[in-house]
Amino acid sequence: MSSRPLSPHLQVYRPQLTSALSILHRMTGVINALGTALLTWWLVAAAAGPAAFATVQGFLGSPVGYVLLAGWSLTVFYHLCNGIRHLFWDAGYGFELANVYRSGIAVLVVAALLTAGAWGAGLALL
Amino acid sequence: MTSMRSPMARARGLGSAKDGTTHWWAQRLSALALIPLVVWFVASMVAMTGADYVTVRAWIGSPLVAGLLILLIATVFYHAHLGLQVVVEDYVHHEATKFGAIIAIKALAIVLSLTGVLAVLSILFGA
Repeated sequence: MSSRPLSPHLQVYRPQLTSALSILHRMTGVINALGTALLTWWLVAAAAGPAAFATVQGFLGSPVGYVLLAGWSLTVFYHLCNGIRHLFWDAGYGFELANVYRSGIAVLVVAALLTAGAWGAGLALL
Repeated sequence: MTSMRSPMARARGLGSAKDGTTHWWAQRLSALALIPLVVWFVASMVAMTGADYVTVRAWIGSPLVAGLLILLIATVFYHAHLGLQVVVEDYVHHEATKFGAIIAIKALAIVLSLTGVLAVLSILFGA
């Protein structure tokens, strides 16, 4: 059972943008799921009182907090954009190979721009 | 094309997973609902950068925001647990471990979402 080969044979595949974005969608989904704990903590702290809220805000404002928020915002925007790409496929659109590559590059560009835009706007408010 | 499935199996349309397209469809519908909810939430978080405790409480405590937050929390955890379940089903091949992991994911999603919803409600009702 355990020695039976599994399909697809990833090790004999040449890495492609299509397959890379596909596994990235799953990986960012898992990271986003982990990040929801941060959302719960933030809401619970806001409900608990000023001291608990100051703790969570202090953590989010620390270097570790910035790295987590930067990473999480990028994975959320990527999963959002690529998720919309998947919904178009589910509806039967965009399957031509050239379009699959075009939409894939568009997802990467838009996700990067949204992340940069969100941080630019947020940091301008500080 | 010759079908390898029995007429009854085709009529039921449930496939080998025994629940048909239910899981797939629920994942797509929750994804669709999350598009506006996530865009709203991220935009709100950006707009509230540096906001103090009183401002954040006032924001969460308005009925519209509290309602949208509860919708966001419920949909996010529902969508996340559906996705994590598929990841476990794809990569965990030991039956007992798979079963335990899926139950743990469901339990965690319920606990975290319920906690988040209650936090929002307690702020809304001024506790």
